[in-house]
Amino acid sequence: MTGLRYVYAVCHPLGAPLQAELTGVAGDPPRLLTHHGLIAVVSHVPERDFAEQPLRAHLEDLDWLTETARAHQGVIDALTVVTTPLPLRLGTVFRDDSGVRVMMEAREDDFRHTLDRLEGRVEWGVKVYVESEPEETGEPAEKAASGRDYLRQRRRYVRAHEDLWQQAEEFASRLHAVLSSHAEDSRLHAPQNATLSGISGQNVLNAAYLVSRHESEEFVELVDRTKDDVPGLRVELTGPWAAYSFAGEETGEGDTT
Amino acid sequence: MTVVERREVALVDLLDRLLAGGVVITGDITLRIADVDLVRIDLNALISSVNEQVPSPWGS
Repeated sequence: MTGLRYVYAVCHPLGAPLQAELTGVAGDPPRLLTHHGLIAVVSHVPERDFAEQPLRAHLEDLDWLTETARAHQGVIDALTVVTTPLPLRLGTVFRDDSGVRVMMEAREDDFRHTLDRLEGRVEWGVKVYVESEPEETGEPAEKAASGRDYLRQRRRYVRAHEDLWQQAEEFASRLHAVLSSHAEDSRLHAPQNATLSGISGQNVLNAAYLVSRHESEEFVELVDRTKDDVPGLRVELTGPWAAYSFAGEETGEGDTT
Repeated sequence: MTVVERREVALVDLLDRLLAGGVVITGDITLRIADVDLVRIDLNALISSVNEQVPSPWGS
């Protein structure tokens, strides 16, 4: 058998089969590789795309990255339906099955520990955006009757702008504190780049919360209740995700900021 | 639950998790491409290449 092994996740043995028509990265259906009672979910991927050099080059290709990330996520999503997977970083590739087994053996204690910690839990993403510039659609400056009027308008605009930003920061930190107290763990991701996200507004909070499944409905309602608190700000909820942001070591610190 | 609307997952949200989250395996047994810094640098390069094409509306 040729090809490299792309590993999506490690999990406990599945209670139910994966959906039959699932395809993963490089169009290969995910396979289950059992080692010492843990399962690695693996696809066979071609060396021409997934060896170190080509993979590195591919990672700079947005189309390729998109396709691969979505395929990876598709497998993790399917796993999430039947178990609590421990997702691995995108692009974790081994030479062969035996390489995967060696890795599982070396990390076995870690995996079991983390799987226990994550069992029955999901990740929710919450982002806060400053929706728009204040008074952006207000009267254009030309309408000012005089230079003094113009300056007054300008000052008002700047003040409104500063106020909104301050409000945004206060709102974001308040929201984060409330949500953290309703979650088992939290991580702060770096604010998203507006160009890459294609989403209007400036992202001021990009957080992930680890919440048990049975408390998730309550968590979602909590987010829902706070989201119209401040005009000009927008709250977005994503999830439930597999606990990607909590799969690493418990460092107790923000992830990327 | 009123907030959750199942639309397609945004790529950036996905990349936040797939490139910054997940278990990182390093060492001789991998091809060492899961290395944190490597992937992060690549993503930054990607973002700046996107930025060059479309100037940020927040630049001024």
